[in-house]
Formats: sequence, C-alpha cells, structure tokens
Amino acid sequence: MSSNNKTILSEKVCAEIDRWLTKYPPHGKQSALLPALLIAQENNDNWLPQHIIEAVADYLAIPRIAAFEVASFYSMYHLKPVGKNVISVCTNISCMLSGSEKIEHYLNKKLGVKFGETTEDCKYTIKEVECLAACANAPVCQINKDYHENLTPEKLDEILKKLDN
Amino acid sequence: MIEIEIDGKKLEVAPGSMIIEAADAAGINIPRFCYHKKLSVAANCRMCLVDVDKVGKALPACATPVTAGMKVQTQSQKAMEAQRAVMEFLLINHPLDCPICDQGGQCELQDISMGYGPDVSRYNFGKRSIKDKDIGPLIETEMTRCIQCTRCVRFGTEIAGLREMGAYNRGENLEIGTFIEKSLVSEMSANIIDLCPVGALTSKPFRFTARAWELIQHASIPSHDCIGSNIYVHTRNHHGIMRVVPRENESINETWISDRDRFSYTAFKSNDRLTVPMVKRGGHWQEVDWQQALDFAVTKLQDLLHQQGAKQLAGLISPSSTVEEFYLFQKLLRSLGCDNIDHRLHQTDFSHQQNMMQFPGLGMTLEELQQQEIIVLIGSNIQREQPIAGHRVRKASLQGCKIFQINVVDYQFNFTVTDKYIVKPSELVHALAQIAKALSLVSDQKIPDNTLDFLSNITINENVRAIAEQLLIGERKTLILGAIAQNHPQAGLLSQISELIARLCGAKIAYLTEGANAAGAWLAGAIPHRHAASNNMAMEGLNTADAIAAKLKGYILFNVEPECDCANPNLALQAIEQAEVVISFSTFKSPSLMLYADILLPIAPFAEMSGTFINTEGKWQSFNATTLPKGDTRPGWKVIRVLGNLMNLPQFDYVSAEQIRDELKVMIDAQSFTSSVPSYNQLTQSSYSHQTNNHLERITEWPIYRIDALVRRSIPLQQSAASILPGIYLNNAFAQQLNLTDGSKTTVKQGDGEANLAVIIDDKIPDNCVFIPAGFSETAKLGASFGIIEIGSAHG
Ligand code: SF4
Ligand code: FES
Ligand code: FES
Repeated sequence: MSSNNKTILSEKVCAEIDRWLTKYPPHGKQSALLPALLIAQENNDNWLPQHIIEAVADYLAIPRIAAFEVASFYSMYHLKPVGKNVISVCTNISCMLSGSEKIEHYLNKKLGVKFGETTEDCKYTIKEVECLAACANAPVCQINKDYHENLTPEKLDEILKKLDN
Repeated sequence: MIEIEIDGKKLEVAPGSMIIEAADAAGINIPRFCYHKKLSVAANCRMCLVDVDKVGKALPACATPVTAGMKVQTQSQKAMEAQRAVMEFLLINHPLDCPICDQGGQCELQDISMGYGPDVSRYNFGKRSIKDKDIGPLIETEMTRCIQCTRCVRFGTEIAGLREMGAYNRGENLEIGTFIEKSLVSEMSANIIDLCPVGALTSKPFRFTARAWELIQHASIPSHDCIGSNIYVHTRNHHGIMRVVPRENESINETWISDRDRFSYTAFKSNDRLTVPMVKRGGHWQEVDWQQALDFAVTKLQDLLHQQGAKQLAGLISPSSTVEEFYLFQKLLRSLGCDNIDHRLHQTDFSHQQNMMQFPGLGMTLEELQQQEIIVLIGSNIQREQPIAGHRVRKASLQGCKIFQINVVDYQFNFTVTDKYIVKPSELVHALAQIAKALSLVSDQKIPDNTLDFLSNITINENVRAIAEQLLIGERKTLILGAIAQNHPQAGLLSQISELIARLCGAKIAYLTEGANAAGAWLAGAIPHRHAASNNMAMEGLNTADAIAAKLKGYILFNVEPECDCANPNLALQAIEQAEVVISFSTFKSPSLMLYADILLPIAPFAEMSGTFINTEGKWQSFNATTLPKGDTRPGWKVIRVLGNLMNLPQFDYVSAEQIRDELKVMIDAQSFTSSVPSYNQLTQSSYSHQTNNHLERITEWPIYRIDALVRRSIPLQQSAASILPGIYLNNAFAQQLNLTDGSKTTVKQGDGEANLAVIIDDKIPDNCVFIPAGFSETAKLGASFGIIEIGSAHG
C-alpha cells in the first residue's frame, strides 16, 4: 500500500513534488497532480508504469483512480515505454486541413511505425495528439519539448536528420 | 418562493432550485440520464433539454436554476427536437442488445428511447465496443452499453466516499471503470446497479434469472443491522426470491442499501438450508414431521424440567429475531419458570444491565445524527457495522461535524477523523477515564463526590487532553458506543464512564447494537433481568456468559451457531456439547449443529415470514412474508406458539404475528419505565488505579459478512472484497519483533483452545495486540474475544 511509495519515488522526485506542493493550499494537493506525474515520468525513462502512477497518487493522498484518469487523458503522459524521441503529431482540424495526413504518412514510411508505436532501435515513438494550440502555423508537431510548425515532409526530413546525429 | 410556469402549469418553487427539481415535484416528467437527486449535477448527457422562454437554445433542466417568472416548455417543438437529437447521439455507440441485456424492461435508456427516440437508426458505421471488466462478485459489467452519465463515478466520490470508478482516456476512447482490474471494496458498492440507467452495471447474482416484468415486488426489512433499511424483495412465481432492491425512505436509508442487505438473500437457496424437522434418536438423525418433532421436544423438555428444574435450562436467541419471536420465546421460557434468556451473544460484561435505558439505541433519529456537530466513536467500526449509519456520519462530517475516534483498532473511515486515541483493549477504560477527568477539571457540570474520587488517581495524557478540550466546544454532541465497546470485558465501566463524559460535555449517548433487533429484544424481554415491557426484576436469570459458564443441562438455541455467534466459542461449544438436551430452532443445519443438538426445528429467515423489527431509532417496522418458507420450514413464532400449546401453557393462542406484536405494543405503551439513576453513580471503586501490562491481547470483531448465519452463507458476499479473512492481524513493526511475516502460518492459544492461522500485516492494530476476527469456523476453537492470548513462532 502507501507505505512503500517513498521507495518507488526517488528522494529527488519527492523533493521536486514537494516544491510544487508549496504552491497550493494544503487541502488542494490534487492540484499538484499534473506536475507530479511529469516529474515522475521524467525520472523514469519518460514513461509512467502503473505502480508509479499509484505511488504518485498515494504520495499526494488522492484516490488512485484520480491519477489514472489524468494520466490516461493527457497525451503528454506515456503509459507505455517510449523511444528516445517522442514525435507528437497534431491531427486536429486545422492541422488536418493543412495536411497532417501527409506528415503522418511520411513518418510511417520513414520510420516504419504507426501512431502509438516505437521504432525497433528505440529512437522514435510517434503519437497522434489533439490540438497543440499552434493552429496558426498548422500542421504542427511536437518533438520532445519543442514545437515544429508549418511542417512539410522535407522540413521534417531535416529535423530528423539533426536528431539522428 | 418564486413563481414559474412549466408546460402552462403555475408552480411555486424555492429560489435556487433547478428546473428539473421543480418539474419532479409537480409530477411533470423530463427525461434524464445523468441527473440523480442524491448526486451532484453533472449535466453531461443533455437528455433533459427543455425550451425556456426568451432563451435561444434549449437548456438542460438539471443545471438551469429557476428564475422568477420563468416559462418552461418540455414538449414544445424546440424541446422535442433537442431531445430527439440527443437520443440519436446517445444511441450511436450503444449496442442495442436489449434482448440479451438484463436491464431490458427496466432500462431508462430503453424507456426514454421509446418515448423520445426515432424508430430507425441512421448510423451505419462501426460502433465502439469496450472490453468488460471484472469488478467483483456483486456487479456484472457490460461497458459497451455505458452511456457515460458518470452516475457511478459520482456515487463513489460523493456517497460511498471511496473513489473506485473513474472516467479514463479521452474523447471517443473515454471509458468508465476502475482502470486497473479490481473488486470494489465499498460496503455500499452495489447501489451503482440501481443508479446505472442502462445495462452496463447489473447485479451479478441475479444475472439472467428473471425479466423485470415477471417479478412481484414486496416491501420488507432485512435482518442484519439495527438500521432497518427499507427494501423491496422481488419474487418470481415458483422460483421464490430473485433479488433485493432499496425501497426509498428518506428518514432511514434514503435511496441506498448496504451490499449486505442487498445480497444476503442469496443464502436463502443455500444447500445448508434445514427444510424438515429432525430429531436425534439413539445417536441417529431422523427426518420427521412437525407433530413428531414437537412431541419429542415437549417430552425432552418436560423430562428435563422434572429432573433438573427450570434453572438448568437457558434460551439463547439471535439478536436478529423478530419482536414476535423474542416475545414468544421469553414467554415460553418464563412460563416454564426459566429466566435464563439472552440475545447478547457477543457480550461478556453485563454489570451495567440494570442501569440501561429501556433499550440500547441511537436515542435520536438518523436524520438527527446527521445534524450533530461532534461525534465520538467509542469502540465502533460504524462504516462496516451499520453502513447506513456510517453514511449519516459521513454526511455530518461533510457539513463540518468533528469526529473523534477512541478505539482499539485504528479504523479508517470514509469521513475525516479530527483526532483519535488508539489503545490496546486493556487500556480503553483508562482512555475514557482520562477524558472524563480532563473534562471534570474544566466542565461546569457538577458530579457526585464518589465519582470524583473514582477519577482522583488518573493522570491525563496530552493527546487525550487535546481531544477532551475539543469536546467542550459546540452543540449537538453524541458519543456512539459500537460493538467493541459493548463486547469489551469491561463494557459496564466503559458505559458508565461514557455516560459521565456525556454529562460533562453535554452530549447524548448512543448504542449501535449488533443484529437487526436488539431494541426489540430488550422491549420484548429477551434479556434475563427484565420481562417484556418491564423494569428490572429482583431475581434475574443468567445472561449468555453465565449460562454458558454454568454448563447447564439444557439449552434452547434460536438461530444461534455457538461456534460462530458466541463471545467464547470454545467454552460455548463445550457447554452445549455436555448438555443433556439441546433444541435448536434454525434456518440452517451445519455439521457442528448435528453434533450437539437433539432436535432441529426449521424456521424461516426474514423475507419468508411476517414480523417486526424495531430499529435503533425505536421505529417499529412490520413486514409480511414475501414468499412461502422453503420446504417444511415455518415462521419461528408459529413453532413456539405450537410448542406452548402442546405444553398446555396459558395464553398461547395467537393467530397472527400482528396479534403478538399488538399485545406487546399495548404493554409497552402502558409501561412506566423508571429511567434509572445515571449509571456513573455506580462508579464505586473508590479510585480507579490504572495498571499497565505487557500481555499480548486479542482484539475481536464480527466482520461485516460474518455477523449472522445468513450472511455467512451468502457466497457472493463471502467472495466480495469487503469481506475479511480469518487470520492473525498485527502491525508490521510488532510482527517483525515476533519474527512473523505476512502470509506465514502460526498458532495462537487461549487456554485450552488454539488455532493455526495466517499472519496478516495490518498497521491499524496497536502494538502488543493481535486482531482475530470471530464468526469463522477457523477461529471457533479460540476462547474469549478479548483477553490474553499466546502466539507461537512462525512455521510453514
Ligand atoms: S456505467 Fe452506467 S452509471 Fe456508470 S457512467 Fe456508464 S451508464 Fe452511467
Ligand atoms: S489543430 Fe493542430 S495545433 Fe491546433
Ligand atoms: S440529466 Fe440534465 S444533462 Fe443529463
């Protein structure tokens, strides 16, 4: 149960979560759930297995299901192991109208994987996500923490080359 | 109040209420899925769209507050179109598998789509489907049918106070469930079956056994706790009882019932049912007819009375018997000259019985309980003992009531405990005495000198002082004594000191008793020291513990399984085995019953007979049989009546349960119960000196699904996650000290009894204590429920 979450979450993770907790009132620990999950993910090869989500929930003293709801809702949390680079392609309306399908197909061909999959060399995971709030420059994708806008297959090619080195 | 108009009808409604509430109160039907009057407003299904004058779009009636002069139309073209469109959307992903769905015929989606939906679907793409989840033995899931109203999710958060169901993933992948497969552990979990408007969540034990339209509905009262929740029992012609559902009663159970009340009926069809009278002749059991069985019983009883006298007989009766059964049971025994009658099977200290009120109970209504500002739980596991009372305490807590726990187990509740003091059983009296002392120093209430003397040697722990100080603040305070306080070896002292505390801080005192009808037992005289509707007697009979310790020559058991139902099962079995005559009135037979009884008389469980239960508030609730008793089974009161007739006892000619009830009622109404002097006056020990010890102590409770013979035989309840296993529960640090690991087997010993049980780590248990639940055959060889116990070292 909750007694061993300390050992599941490293001291460093707990300390970082604690820092976020100071930003919210004591009865509002649930508010720190989003950053807490991100911190836990960053310290676990960029993904969130079930026991870590549970440990985060226990640490914040909130129902575990509340953490699962959040972790499964937002596409920035990875519930399966991911590659070194995560390419999140927006397929929402603006991007779709501006050619996100082309981007998708390009990636499928180039990397040999579909949305939700990871390349065999564990370098890339591609993911379909909802609007990234950069519609003005659609189509858009996010690679790790960076946005890449006005995408074309050629442009993406350049980006991937850089990443490969 | 403001005036609004719905469908041309002028209505006076409370400002701030929603259109749907106003319409419901006026009997105007607005279709809905997500709205439920006991849950928060989610407004996510949009089925309740109505046409509000001067507003462009249709508005959800469940989330639109009324305003003065508002004009609402529920049937205008705009409203109807909106409702039809929503219906069509809701059906897009619904499987429309009504012919194989258990909800068919009682489905809100089916009903509303009949009324508001189109007859053909325009949607001809693939539908979403979702894998079913196993959420335990009580609730079947078929999540493809879910319309995501989130009623079940809100129930967990708001009512059960245990968030187990959730909505995860997003968009069209949104699913309702537990995310990781797990059984629900809330003791009220199955209410989501009633809440679910579709066939996504249905009753697992009832599955595929009947259609709603084949069922006949009967009002009844279940027999497992002192709340007296109102239920409907659904029967199907030759098949008997098919299921139990809640019957709304705002003042008692609102719209909820506990899982225990809902599923105990599954034991009615148990193979253990005793269906014919049986007698043991020359060591062999024979099935006989009622005439022979009762003649045999009469002969046995008369022989015993002639040879040994009535003092050698005792009658032990289940606290969940009906008023009528209690009354006739004690009348029979008392007519034979025997006062050794008791229903308090788990208790061991009866020293305060003379001082008890007319009957131990809540002393207020459940609605008043919910209005308390301070509640002190003393030796109570209220959430599991009386789930509905626990729910009221939770509601009080949500309104700001402060709850304190003084206990021997650090029970975790679905409400916030402001402060607690957890001690081992032998320290419980001292814990309460400290509170009393702390209060006596600051309270303005005068207490007698000898009571002050009693407290003179107590030193107050700072934690306790902090609790005591908080008890002085505010109004409407209640101390609740639960099963552990009542079954404790010093129950008398606990009760007296609690009364003193109540006096000092201006609180009321409440006893939440085990079984369905302890109140009825007290009023009907199923106690050794008071006749029906009477004051204390000069010469009282033997209580349960004394009747067992005395090893009498004869016992009459009425739905009592001594190995599971008695405070000291080992001793109880010894007493009963050595007796010459044991007559058992019982719904079930068991190997051990066959061993020690001489006569088995099959009697009906609650829904198979008529009777009355008096709940903890003092409400009398009578019910009729919902089905014929199984086989040759008869209602208990009828069997006792015939026995009385056969023994030529005077005034035993009752023709109905009502007649018995009314006879007793008249007596009670005429009774002038002399309420006794405050019992703390009896704190005569000149001064209480606290002694610590280092003994290993046993703590016992009768777990939620081991409390009576019926629930012990309900397979779904036994398998559910709320049921606990027999074992030796102790905290981690203490286990390490003893070199015991979780899951290992070890032996515990009490006197000449012992048991080999699994070790279960549980940090709710204080140091130097082991918690071993009663009510299991595995623990039947053990002795006193509280007291010293020895533990062996780990093996296996
Ligand atoms: S399972 Fe039933 S109650 Fe729960 S969200 Fe789905 S339809 Fe509503
Ligand atoms: S739709 Fe792609 S960024 Fe908004
Ligand atoms: S009932 Fe009003 S939106 Fe669901």
